[in-house]
Amino acid sequence: MPWPFEREFMQIALVAGLVVGACAPLIGTFLVQKRMSLMGDGIGHLAFAGVSIGLVTDVWPIWSALAVAVAGAVAIELLRSHGTTSGDLALALAFYGGIALAVVVMSRADAGGATVLPYLFGSLLTVTWSEVVVVVVLGAVIVTTILVTGRALFAIVLDEESARVAGLPVDALNTVLAALTAVTIVAAMRIVGVLLVAALMVVPVATSRLFARSFSATLLGAVAAAVVSVVAGLAAARVWELRPGGAIVLTAIVAFALTALAAGVARRSRAGAVLPG
Amino acid sequence: MSVAIEADDVGFAFGANPVLEGVTMRVERGEFAALVGPNGSGKSTLLRVLLGLLAPQRGRVQLLGEDPRTMRARWRIGYVPQRLQLPPDLPATVEEVVRAGRLARRGWWRRPSAADHDAVDHALEAVALTEHRRRRMRELSGGQQQRVLIAKALVGDPAVMLLDEPIAGVDAESQELFRTSLVHLVEHDAVTVLLVSHELGAVADALDRVIVLKRRVVFDGPPAELTARGVSLGVHADDLPLWLEGLG
Repeated sequence: MPWPFEREFMQIALVAGLVVGACAPLIGTFLVQKRMSLMGDGIGHLAFAGVSIGLVTDVWPIWSALAVAVAGAVAIELLRSHGTTSGDLALALAFYGGIALAVVVMSRADAGGATVLPYLFGSLLTVTWSEVVVVVVLGAVIVTTILVTGRALFAIVLDEESARVAGLPVDALNTVLAALTAVTIVAAMRIVGVLLVAALMVVPVATSRLFARSFSATLLGAVAAAVVSVVAGLAAARVWELRPGGAIVLTAIVAFALTALAAGVARRSRAGAVLPG
Repeated sequence: MSVAIEADDVGFAFGANPVLEGVTMRVERGEFAALVGPNGSGKSTLLRVLLGLLAPQRGRVQLLGEDPRTMRARWRIGYVPQRLQLPPDLPATVEEVVRAGRLARRGWWRRPSAADHDAVDHALEAVALTEHRRRRMRELSGGQQQRVLIAKALVGDPAVMLLDEPIAGVDAESQELFRTSLVHLVEHDAVTVLLVSHELGAVADALDRVIVLKRRVVFDGPPAELTARGVSLGVHADDLPLWLEGLG
């Protein structure tokens, strides 16, 4: 492969990054429209607790993170939809509960906090092919599920009450979306890191919404924006020896800023074109 | 004529506050009826009970002869929510919104078929929005958005349609188009229509029946009977809302 992806560790990161770049906005578009942009962050904190548990108990951290994140995501959704807890309060519980659990568990670990850093901020050098295989499998689960449930999720986003009247399984589909959010977080955490992965669910969607003229175009535009950010961010990380998670997310934010600027210029020129004289 | 919508001695309370008390009403199949009442009269609660979103605490409701909470063929219910419930920044086109109304009919997990595309075309035509199909929802006027929601309810070929405050804040021209769409539904597609509102506007003269609610049914009959009591239902008159506020 051409520079800067000629080394094996960069190829591993690229494959995993492309899968994550394609999947995160697929979930994020629905979360943003449901006013649940911080859901990824809350679940990211739970995944961090899962990583800590895995490191202490000698279970592969991806599995423990997946178990804790999916269970936590389903609990958040149940609290939000059936309990007396509002959505933001349920997320706050996940944020603080996840961090507190991770800190307590890590205090029992022999290696201290250094071993969790690759999971917190992402790492290029330590990702293995076996982890990439897991990422690809999780990505396939996410894409397949969205292909099947996407139209119904759109109907729920549009108007949850009408979806219930129509007999759609609203509670089950909301729970599936929450679980998919957790799967996406875990799939992305080795590349972007649990603290930043939620940004890949939200920032490309914000970019796409600036120019997309339909919901399906918003989905595809967000995927394109995320994939470009992943490739450019990984290249920047290699060149300047940066943490890949930060480089990818900053690239996505720059892409958002440039798109917003271009959209503003286009809007002003259209307004100018219709003004008399 | 068989019964399409039926409430029999329905009671409902939020905590200690009774909202519905012994509500009994029937709408026959093919009728165009309106359920009106002042703010706080319980009409929104009754609508939610009729749709199966709330369980009645007393009595029973039936839609097309079935309990709406256990009804299997729910695509037979067309529901038009208040326009304000739509997310204002929704990046969706008119066609995408209408297509979503077809999910219950074909099965939400299935891909749309040629028949589904035809149904979308027909529904857009019925509300005179064919040329706006690729426009974003937020680019439409309030009246146009309301007609999109009618098309979304219509696209599943419902047997009964329930509309929640469909003419609130809609301009006179859109009200007229809205009236034409509903009359077409009742007369040509034999759909039963129940419109829940605190104003009747342009649809007043097309109604078969008006049901007035204030926790219980205080009037149920043809509009002519109501006008005989000196209550005007006309387009420009505001005396129906005034009369409603003075009830009880």
